[in-house]
Amino acid sequence: MRNIWTIAQKELRSYFYSPIAYVVLFIFLMVMGLLYSNIVAAVNQASMQMMRFQGGMGQFNPKEVIFRQSFGNMIIVLLLVMPLLTMRLFTEEKKMKTSELLFTSPITVFEIVFGKFLGALLLYLLMLVLTFYIPVLMASVTEISWKAVLSGYLGLLLCGGVFLAWGSLASSLTENQIISAVISFGFLLSLWIVGFMGQVFSDTPIGTLLSYLSLISHFENFTKGLIDTSDIAYAVGMIVLGLFVTYQVVDSQRWKS
Amino acid sequence: MIEVNHLTKQYGGVKAIDHVTFKVNKGEIVAFLGPNGAGKTTTMRIIAGFVPATSGTAVIAGFDVFEKPLEVKRRIGYLPEIPPLYSDMTVSEYLTFVAKLKQVASKEISPAVENVLNKCNLVSVKTRLIKNLSKGFQQRAGLAQALIHNPEVLILDEPTVGLDPHQIIEIRDLILNLAGEHTIILSTHILQEATALCQRVLIINEGHIVAEDTPERLSANLRKSEKVNLVIRRGSDEMINEIKMIPDVINVIVQSKEGGDIWNVMAEYPVGSDLREEIARIIVQKGAGLLELKAQTLSLEDIFLKLTQEEPANLNHGGAA
Ligand SMILES: Nc1ncnc2c1ncn2[C@@H]1O[C@H](COP(=O)(O)OP(=O)(O)O)[C@@H](O)[C@H]1O
Ligand SMILES: [Mg+2]
Repeated sequence: MRNIWTIAQKELRSYFYSPIAYVVLFIFLMVMGLLYSNIVAAVNQASMQMMRFQGGMGQFNPKEVIFRQSFGNMIIVLLLVMPLLTMRLFTEEKKMKTSELLFTSPITVFEIVFGKFLGALLLYLLMLVLTFYIPVLMASVTEISWKAVLSGYLGLLLCGGVFLAWGSLASSLTENQIISAVISFGFLLSLWIVGFMGQVFSDTPIGTLLSYLSLISHFENFTKGLIDTSDIAYAVGMIVLGLFVTYQVVDSQRWKS
Repeated sequence: MIEVNHLTKQYGGVKAIDHVTFKVNKGEIVAFLGPNGAGKTTTMRIIAGFVPATSGTAVIAGFDVFEKPLEVKRRIGYLPEIPPLYSDMTVSEYLTFVAKLKQVASKEISPAVENVLNKCNLVSVKTRLIKNLSKGFQQRAGLAQALIHNPEVLILDEPTVGLDPHQIIEIRDLILNLAGEHTIILSTHILQEATALCQRVLIINEGHIVAEDTPERLSANLRKSEKVNLVIRRGSDEMINEIKMIPDVINVIVQSKEGGDIWNVMAEYPVGSDLREEIARIIVQKGAGLLELKAQTLSLEDIFLKLTQEEPANLNHGGAA
């Protein structure tokens, strides 16, 4: 446990040695703020029109729309930003030959892989915490469902975890940061696209499988305030799978080096 | 302390090292001497647990590297050929991280860092970023990293490579200061380094250990005969023949005749029978002028070249004690 923490701490600090963490945090918060204000404006307009024509909101719940849209947009931003958090994890150790220090220290490959993942996850957690001003701001002007907010955040955390695990795998595959970022972007995009393919093949077993593998369908439940164990199991499973393959890659690379 | 048995490492079809066998006793400093590509780094990486061997065993401080890697890693300090430095950290941050990595107890981390900063003369740069340090300081940071957990065994891969002469002397002094406290195995392709630092030399070439002994004994064992060079004024064939008649003389060769008057001659006789007096007496008796008489010495340099450049068939494969 101490070893995992040693590695996680080192990763977390190294984000702040370079400009990466600051740039990512700044861009992430800025984009989220812009998206949020856009949606609020659009929904306000829509609900005002509704009220004028129907004299009431009926089925339409503007707050829910704002949430679902915000969370949905956050995922897209994450898709672009997460590869930047994982691209250095293993590439840099290989390039600078510091892997030789790690692998000759009394620490297991599992501890190295998991520690690095944890370090990235902690930075991501910080990013999420900093976006919390959005629901707080909303709550100050209108009544909101905190249950939906919290389940949405749980969804974001799990979803980001999946992105980071597969990003780790991407960075274990190469010595080049850019290539690593591109590969992980490819992975994440695939997780996305699988859902559309599932819709194309709907009503067939393959379609069902693809839909299950798709990140979006599981994530949507969280934004609706639904916490389903099968969605959590999906995310945890994808994280474990990503890290397990990373472990195998990292361990086998020592045979060749 | 280190026992390596028939260690073999194959990369694809190529054997980087082939049945390497040797032993290092507690407290010894042993040099691994060989030209580039000989297999020094490969052997050290296997002992340090960085890469697995194809076959053979390595036992360090009683633990097999392949069966109990963590026990071995706790007991070794390893300085790879390229020092494993995190360039964005300061020297202190780096050493603190390595101390945690090597599982130094929390309370002992800062004394351990202070200790190696002092030992390796890094106090003045401890708050500097590693990427801004000179190569010499970086190498010392690499050495400090290997020492931080006060390991029983130190494995140093070409610790002075790429340094200027001044820095080389500093690092060598540092290593000499560590002798006794640690069992040290260091690799080098520089002969003087091996003789200056080590009690025992293992010569490795093309993946094989070709010789193993103290620097002095290596040079003695490899000399099959003594040779003397003579410079004689007014030399004559008759005189040469007379020298050849001395019992035990193996060979006498006239190498050159400068201006017909001054001869350069080489005489060879077995180790142990010193015939220099005898030869000088004959020359003087013949009324010739003995201008120079000098015994040829076979330096370690010659031995090294001999061992690493001769045809494999002529190599001395002995050595494994
Ligand atoms: N990762 C590797 N893949 C393929 N061949 C290698 C690898 N590492 C070393 N070798 C080969 O093994 C031999 C020994 O190399 P090395 O141990 O680095 O020698 P030294 O350290 O004595 O210069 C060389 O011929 C080298 O080309
Ligand atoms: Mg080498």
